[in-house]
Amino acid sequence: MPELLHTILMTFVSTIRDIAPIAILLLFFQLFVLREKIANLKRILVGFVYVVAGLALFLIGLDQALFPIGEIMATQLTDPSFITGTTSADVNNVNKIDNSTVQEILWWQYYWVYLFAFAIGFSTTIAEPSLIAVAMKANEASGGALNPWGLRIAVAFGVAISIALGAFRIITGTSLAYYMMVGYLLVVIQTMFAPKMIVPLAYDSGGVTTSTVTVPLVTALGLGLASTVPGRSPLIDGFGLIALASLFPMITVMAYAQISRFKGTDE
Amino acid sequence: MRQFLQTIKNAFRDLAPIILVVAFFQLVVLQQPFPEPSKILVGLIAVVVGLALFIQGLELSLFPLGESMAGALMRKGNLYWLLFFAFALGFGTTVAEPALIAVSNEAARITATAGVIPDTPEAQSGYANGLRMTVAVSVGVSLVVGVIRILKGWPIHYIIISGYLVIVGLTQFAPQEIIGVAYDSGGVTTSTITVPLVTALGIGLSTVVKGRNPMIDGFGLIAFASLFPIAFVLLYGMVV
Repeated sequence: MPELLHTILMTFVSTIRDIAPIAILLLFFQLFVLREKIANLKRILVGFVYVVAGLALFLIGLDQALFPIGEIMATQLTDPSFITGTTSADVNNVNKIDNSTVQEILWWQYYWVYLFAFAIGFSTTIAEPSLIAVAMKANEASGGALNPWGLRIAVAFGVAISIALGAFRIITGTSLAYYMMVGYLLVVIQTMFAPKMIVPLAYDSGGVTTSTVTVPLVTALGLGLASTVPGRSPLIDGFGLIALASLFPMITVMAYAQISRFKGTDE
Repeated sequence: MRQFLQTIKNAFRDLAPIILVVAFFQLVVLQQPFPEPSKILVGLIAVVVGLALFIQGLELSLFPLGESMAGALMRKGNLYWLLFFAFALGFGTTVAEPALIAVSNEAARITATAGVIPDTPEAQSGYANGLRMTVAVSVGVSLVVGVIRILKGWPIHYIIISGYLVIVGLTQFAPQEIIGVAYDSGGVTTSTITVPLVTALGIGLSTVVKGRNPMIDGFGLIAFASLFPIAFVLLYGMVV
């Protein structure tokens, strides 16, 4: 129990520390530069309390409920004995493989890992608070033309694809640079053809995906893979998932806009 | 109160996919029971309530503040205060970011092990601080450039694409140890509190400046803030 209290206290302190520079800066400008009375001061203060309390509760809850189990899951799914089907999870395969000696694991045998990577990338992005914020603003700025759910699902697909692809990259040991180059090339080509309205938002969505919920789980998956696949080093191969996750949402968001426009003009 | 219940319902819907994914892999794929189900349940309730509170708080404080600051600074008519505000916002929110501190210390350790800098605590902390300052300054600069872009109405894609070309070029010359850290530093700069405020600032500016469209000109600040640090850190690795 004292341990939990400590976690709660530390989370609140770090959330307040996150918001302190913003509060100080805003206060300085209001008092010394603008010299204006802040409109709706009470509302804004209540809002700040909500933001701090909400974010702290959110992080504490994730820390208690989701991160431990997600991390254990990532380790178990990447464990070679699970991949070759010697755990209870894959009962049917046990008899077939039986006493065969230690064999090299082929890249496709990691299918549960790819599915997990895809699913966890998708679902954590849907819950990402900063993406929710950007989607709300985009809906408002477009005068309601842009569906916030469409944007969030497009970004989530982008992250899902990049995490699955990142897992494939770690397993096969191919160079990150190739994936990044192909990705950038796609972004450049799509920029030329995508509706003009979506391009800045698509670029932004690359940066907002990698924060509170996604990073810890994805890092656990990357480290789990890099330390169990032979010949990979956690230091060199563990990263790179995040780099891909900030690239692919740009592609899927522009693709989403292109598909929407195509469907719109087709009718 | 009714509005809050609605927010709770939305928050639950936002989190449902994660719950389903974790439950499916735990029960069907790994075939294991949940450890400490009561602790998980309490945690989930905290997550749902926390997300609902955060979203409500955004609409009450960070969104209106970001937009009204943009309007007030434009009315003041002094461009330098606006640019100073943008720089201070980027620098101030990044310099104390715990994720950045962790990444810089890790980078200093790797670089010292590789023998690029002397393997002493002083050299390491000096290197880590330099790196941290580099990233914070680069986020400040990127918001300044982003704000100028909104004021001038420059199309974003030329800047972003040439930014990528610069990064690809620098990657060829930067020391191997810094590349991973550089690419990661782009991701750690945009925290959950900074994103809504910066987005609101951009939209607010593009609404008050004549001839700007919030969709075309208002977005893009976050993209700059995740691009510039990569180039700056690569340069830092080459110079130090």
